[in-house]
Amino acid sequence: MPSPKSEMQKFGAKYKLIGKDYPTPDLYAKVTGKSKYAEDFRVDGMLFCKLLLSPVPHGRVKHLDLSKALAMPGVKAILTQDDLPAPADSVTDLGVTIKANTQGEKALTMEPLYQGEPILAVAAVDEWTAAEAIEKIDIEFEHLPFALDPLETLRPRGPNPRVEGNVWVEEENSPPRVGVLKWKEEDFAPAKYGQLPMGKPQEEWSYGDLDAGFKNAALVLDETFVTPDTSHQTLEPRTALAYWQNGKVFLHMGTQSTVQTLAGLGRWLNMDRSQIVLISEYTGGGFGSKATGYIFAIIPALLAKKANAPVMMRISREEEHFIGRARPGFQGRIKAGFAKDGRITAVDMYAIGNNGPYDEAGDVGASGEIVSLLYQPPAMRWRGVTVLTNTPPRGPQSAPGGMQGIVMMEPILAKAARQLSLDHVAIHRINSPEGKAEWGPASNGKRAHATSAFLKEAFDRGAEQFRWKERVAQPKRSGSKVRGVGVSSSCFFAGSVGYDGLFVIRPDGRIAIQSGIGNLGTESLSDVHRVVAEVLGVPWEKCDVIWGNTSKNLPWTCVSGGSQTTHAMTRAAHAAAMDGKQKLQEIAAKTFGGTPEQYEVGNEKVFRKGGGRSLTLAQAAQRAIQLGGKYDGHEPPPDVNKYTKTSIAALAGQGLVAAAKDKYPHDGQSFSYVASFAEVEVDLETGKYFLTDYLAVADVGTVIHPKALSGQVLGRSILGMGHAMGQKWVFDPQYGHTISRRFYHTKPPTILDVPTGMQWAALDIPDPETPVGARGIGEPPVGGGCGAVLNALSDALGDEVFRRAPVNLDTILTSLEAGRPMQEPLTAFI
Amino acid sequence: MKEEIPPSEREATSLRLSRRNFIKGVIGGGVAASSAHYLFRASSLLGESSAPGDRLLTLNVNGQLRRADVMKQETLAWTLRYKLGLTGTKLGCDRAECGACTVLIDDVPHYSCSVLTHTVRNKKVVTIEGLANPDGTLHPVQQGVIDEQGFQCAFCMSGFILSAVGYLKTHPNPTRAELAHGLSGNLCRCQDYDKILTAMMRGAENLRKVSRA
Repeated sequence: MPSPKSEMQKFGAKYKLIGKDYPTPDLYAKVTGKSKYAEDFRVDGMLFCKLLLSPVPHGRVKHLDLSKALAMPGVKAILTQDDLPAPADSVTDLGVTIKANTQGEKALTMEPLYQGEPILAVAAVDEWTAAEAIEKIDIEFEHLPFALDPLETLRPRGPNPRVEGNVWVEEENSPPRVGVLKWKEEDFAPAKYGQLPMGKPQEEWSYGDLDAGFKNAALVLDETFVTPDTSHQTLEPRTALAYWQNGKVFLHMGTQSTVQTLAGLGRWLNMDRSQIVLISEYTGGGFGSKATGYIFAIIPALLAKKANAPVMMRISREEEHFIGRARPGFQGRIKAGFAKDGRITAVDMYAIGNNGPYDEAGDVGASGEIVSLLYQPPAMRWRGVTVLTNTPPRGPQSAPGGMQGIVMMEPILAKAARQLSLDHVAIHRINSPEGKAEWGPASNGKRAHATSAFLKEAFDRGAEQFRWKERVAQPKRSGSKVRGVGVSSSCFFAGSVGYDGLFVIRPDGRIAIQSGIGNLGTESLSDVHRVVAEVLGVPWEKCDVIWGNTSKNLPWTCVSGGSQTTHAMTRAAHAAAMDGKQKLQEIAAKTFGGTPEQYEVGNEKVFRKGGGRSLTLAQAAQRAIQLGGKYDGHEPPPDVNKYTKTSIAALAGQGLVAAAKDKYPHDGQSFSYVASFAEVEVDLETGKYFLTDYLAVADVGTVIHPKALSGQVLGRSILGMGHAMGQKWVFDPQYGHTISRRFYHTKPPTILDVPTGMQWAALDIPDPETPVGARGIGEPPVGGGCGAVLNALSDALGDEVFRRAPVNLDTILTSLEAGRPMQEPLTAFI
Repeated sequence: MKEEIPPSEREATSLRLSRRNFIKGVIGGGVAASSAHYLFRASSLLGESSAPGDRLLTLNVNGQLRRADVMKQETLAWTLRYKLGLTGTKLGCDRAECGACTVLIDDVPHYSCSVLTHTVRNKKVVTIEGLANPDGTLHPVQQGVIDEQGFQCAFCMSGFILSAVGYLKTHPNPTRAELAHGLSGNLCRCQDYDKILTAMMRGAENLRKVSRA
């Protein structure tokens, strides 16, 4: 049953630009093929490089002879780990020194920790020559023991993925180091019954009275659930081009963030960031995997230096699988108590995350925090272990950890609703956060709280729009087909604070808005700056957004990831706009007399209230240059970041320079929320199922750009659905080799896997803790996309079919026949 | 000789050649030390004389006759991107999985990563750069993207647009479900399918208006 076509939603009733659609400034270049991504650039004398990848999951190079390769005509240089700068300490924005992690990931290594890890790189006149040279390299590996499955290495005599151990150990005032964590044999007893063993955790926290919560529960469920490892699979592989000029390195690469990528490049190259120019105007997808660039971009940079020529490193799809990051799969278990009305009384959660061999992904920790917020248990214990394995490195993927936590929790909520004969929307609604909802463990006796939450309103709106009650009342079975409907809660962190806004009102009357946000396709790079035009009352057509090149004087900007940007940078844009407005008023008062408050800004003018003399923006910009000082950027605001100050100094004298740091008050942590509704149809004879309908209702605060928002709400929902509907990693356990290495091995949903008329809605209720009221949206829908599909499947098939994701047709057929879940319940990568 | 081959057989020949080329690539690639796919001679790019085995071909691309030194194993995607400077055609997988490299060959969408360049002699190739009018007026399908803010990162965009343009030539008035089938050879990892489909439907509508006018 299709849901009624949602009437055109209207947003931004009190605004001219905010809440309205507009063609973004990057769109024309994209649609005509003029937009240049990293691989589209050409430089005279450009060499090409190829990588030699490890054939073993864990080993050591015991013999290496490059002579035959180096003797080949056309081979210009070979880069190995000996050419890499030593890991450098880094200094944060706040001046805190972070000691270098000597056991962290390097761009090249002689001790590979996963199959496909880059060992060395050859630069040659073309790729053919580089590939031939790699064939001529004489290399031998010593094989070392390897571990793929976290449970395998946690066993008392299990293999360690690294010589030093299988987990990161945190110690105060020193970088993390690799150590050993083994559980006792008796800890593994529950595994015999398909339940997750829960040995000594690395971390744990709790609040409330857990025992009382379970004792007073009408129903207690204890469920083990396994979530898949899924590659980010950005359509643009992490290709990069580098060359050197006058001691500076110029890097063309795809990255989510512009300004924030410099710090990583500086650390990896051990160079001052003022000597690095990053060009990244267009990026072919990130989803967290290119949040602040990637370490492999230094390979062409260092090769270019060594060969004294530009080097293009093109990454193939298979190479991308190995180095392109993935979401950590979880082996998890939750015990949850429910009152008769469905209200959760207690949650006891255990999460094991598969990390790959290198730097720790934060997923395991985030999973507990998100569950504590989204389901509001009055008592909760969370325990977690992040385990190292010889599988490709993990990194944050849209809603890192939060998604896995939601996917562990949602099937339990659906099962509880069935056992307590409750409506599924009702059980989600009664447990939803509202207002300044608390989350996470207590610190100094007090738990943290959210800025706001309107998830209950989202469920109300969604239930009506999806015609939930009608759908539930309809017959499920029709011939061999059975229909199911499911609903899911979802949320994630959605905003940071404290960054800078910067723009110049030029003497020609146009506004040059400096944007340090990356262009990964979310359109936040221009969307947030609509606030500048809105506040100043300037037509958008008079604004030019400058982005994607760190030599273009950009302001200090948040990482374009983790759903921060819309929140953080609308605040910064608002602060800069208020600074610009104040300066315009002051300039008018200096020019015509009176006080600044007697002047108003609007219609591309600053004018005396109630009529009288006025300056056009062009005239005001010329006056600003005459006045100098703070007006044209010669005196930057004292509190902006030093990175912004450098940019202001370069822009000084070009017009009225408006710049400010976001210092707006902010009580609580910002989150965004989504209520997701799904309908599936399963063919019981074939096990094949289709998603027939989907609706996501988003609570993201004020809507800035509806069409871009719809793309995020539905696009990130589908990314989540991929985890329910088929994506996973598979390894050969004997040799530790990766089997799922291309799109067709672990295929993201295609246009035929989703309904042709998906629905979305946004509440458009402003968040009270931010001036424009907008929060981020990239991550929050992901868990709901997966959770709603899983719950629709269990509605159709019952509780005895699956206890891990994805749910494939063989899972359905074999389990229905046996009357119980037939998939191996705990093993990773099946 | 090639001119006498009927179109259906030309297609068959090109398929056979492609497959052989890719089997070769698969053998060379794989697990171990290197991956022998993703190769090409950059000779003409580097301004050197053509490498042995190269052959000077004349190709009809975007209505222009273009000459390029082409290796016999060279794919159309390489020639377009590295010999003719048409970088709007993207490589997402180089193995006929994602559709980012889709171009029109005699009005039919093809994965240019899986077509050998020498098989398109005497055919008309259209890439994203050739869709708009020389006066800058966008193709109605391109305009549909602007109207609906279609796509996110847009790395898949040129492939989707050319698939849509090809499909609409034979199915000018599709339903959403029909057009989805027409576009199902293209992957969007931003998973922006709903908005893409809306933009392509708008493109179809724009196209019908232009055709009627």
